[in-house]
Amino acid sequence: MPEQTKPILSVKNMSVQFPSLSGVVSAVRNLSFEVGREKVGIIGESGSGKSTTGRAIMRLQPATARVVADEMRFEDVDLLTASEAEMRAIRGSRISMILQDPKYSLNPVMTVGEQIAETVILHERLGRKAARERTLAMLERVNIRDPQRVFNLYPHEVSGGMGQRIMISMMLISSPSLIIADEPTSALDVTVRQQVLSILDDLISERNIGLIFISHDLNLVKSFCDRVIIMYAGRIVETIDASKLDQATHPYTRGLLEALPSLDHPRDRLEVLKRQASWAEA
Amino acid sequence: MSIISVNDLAVSFGSGNDFKQVVKNVAFDVEPGETFGLVGESGCGKSTVLGALAGRIKGWSGSVSIDGEGVGPKRSRLQLAKQQMVFQDPFGSLHPRHTIGRTLLEPLEVHGLDQRQERVERVLRDVGLPPAFRHRFPHQLSGGQRQRVAIARALILNPRILLLDEPTSALDVSIQAEILNLLKDLQERDKLTYVLVSHDMAVIAHLCNRVAVMLDGQFVEVASREQLLQGSVQHPYTRTLLDGSRGYVPPRKLAS
Repeated sequence: MPEQTKPILSVKNMSVQFPSLSGVVSAVRNLSFEVGREKVGIIGESGSGKSTTGRAIMRLQPATARVVADEMRFEDVDLLTASEAEMRAIRGSRISMILQDPKYSLNPVMTVGEQIAETVILHERLGRKAARERTLAMLERVNIRDPQRVFNLYPHEVSGGMGQRIMISMMLISSPSLIIADEPTSALDVTVRQQVLSILDDLISERNIGLIFISHDLNLVKSFCDRVIIMYAGRIVETIDASKLDQATHPYTRGLLEALPSLDHPRDRLEVLKRQASWAEA
Repeated sequence: MSIISVNDLAVSFGSGNDFKQVVKNVAFDVEPGETFGLVGESGCGKSTVLGALAGRIKGWSGSVSIDGEGVGPKRSRLQLAKQQMVFQDPFGSLHPRHTIGRTLLEPLEVHGLDQRQERVERVLRDVGLPPAFRHRFPHQLSGGQRQRVAIARALILNPRILLLDEPTSALDVSIQAEILNLLKDLQERDKLTYVLVSHDMAVIAHLCNRVAVMLDGQFVEVASREQLLQGSVQHPYTRTLLDGSRGYVPPRKLAS
């Protein structure tokens, strides 16, 4: 089916520039990539531009930033020319974003149930009662045992893992076709992380949608995603199948892999990354 | 003889309805020059154990002896200087409006040590920073450099023991490698003893000789480095933590 093979998101030559008094700073430079119905990981260190990329796709970059690209296409929408009203209709409905820490990204003065229901009330013009039904079903889908009770809780009354499951249910209730997850499990403990990821994994494959998974955790991306994009200083240095990450050839990727302490290949000393100016250019 | 010996350590906070036993009768010994790890999830009490060792947390019971000397919740300066802490977040643990030199001088002033300038210069060199960094402010440093300053501040009193509370979890992988290497070098050179708190089993296995796995305020297992690397650990919770640091394991695979 052509619908299945066509990429959901296609970005060509995207740059995100921050004009400053001392000239233009480019946080992201000439990025080109496509996302289909798959899990794509974006790996990079702090400041590599991975989160800026995620935000630029949602057109949520800071007001001072300028996004330029040859093409930014999401399904049938041209993200470069879409109006702000069109973008509002897309955000949260067709593209959703899961952020790192539910403590800061949920509204503290609204019950979690209302927050989730708000999405479908706004985007699908559902009545309150129907929205409540949908929300309860969605909460159940993310393995929350007592959705009736959780519906009426405030964010400070739920644990980190439950908060992140609430975030996921909020992001998936409107059936988006692309999800951008920015470090969705970095604030969570190991056991809770497994649980949250498996829920996310199931929902992605069940609904056959695309996921951009932004992370700094090589082991996690390697085991969770299908494909990995490695970013350095705002550029893509390498794109590789997640299963082949161990055989990556770019010296930066190799450097990252060798700097990582490993249970399977213990080393007395870790390799220290020797940065080369050419990585930022080539 | 053990440099740290802990018996029946218990820590609780609050009273009445808010009473919470955070650490429950924990016992362990650490040999000189050894790295002892504490691993567990948030709220398991691992940092609290470290706080009690450091003398930061005073409401504990049990017996703790450090360097052959029994210590109580209240300690002398000399006793406090024997163990120093390095915290997780180098952004929060350095005074933003003090220069690095000022930050490093403070422990020397508190403990009344002489040759202050020489000591500051020496300790900066030890952690791989140029002496001119003493004139800088924390915001002029990168995360890795700041963590080096935090380590320098801990080392400037010539402690026997460093208490490391997640020293690399706020850092990028490549910077983490530098700090872990630095910690190993310093330990070899000065025969330091480390107690390391971390949630990352790979970091634990890299640095530690032994690790205590904590769950709900108790040790469920004390495993050796070899056991971790071979995967021959006893407790299922230890195994869960080991699997977790390898990445995502789909439940379908877990079941089979």
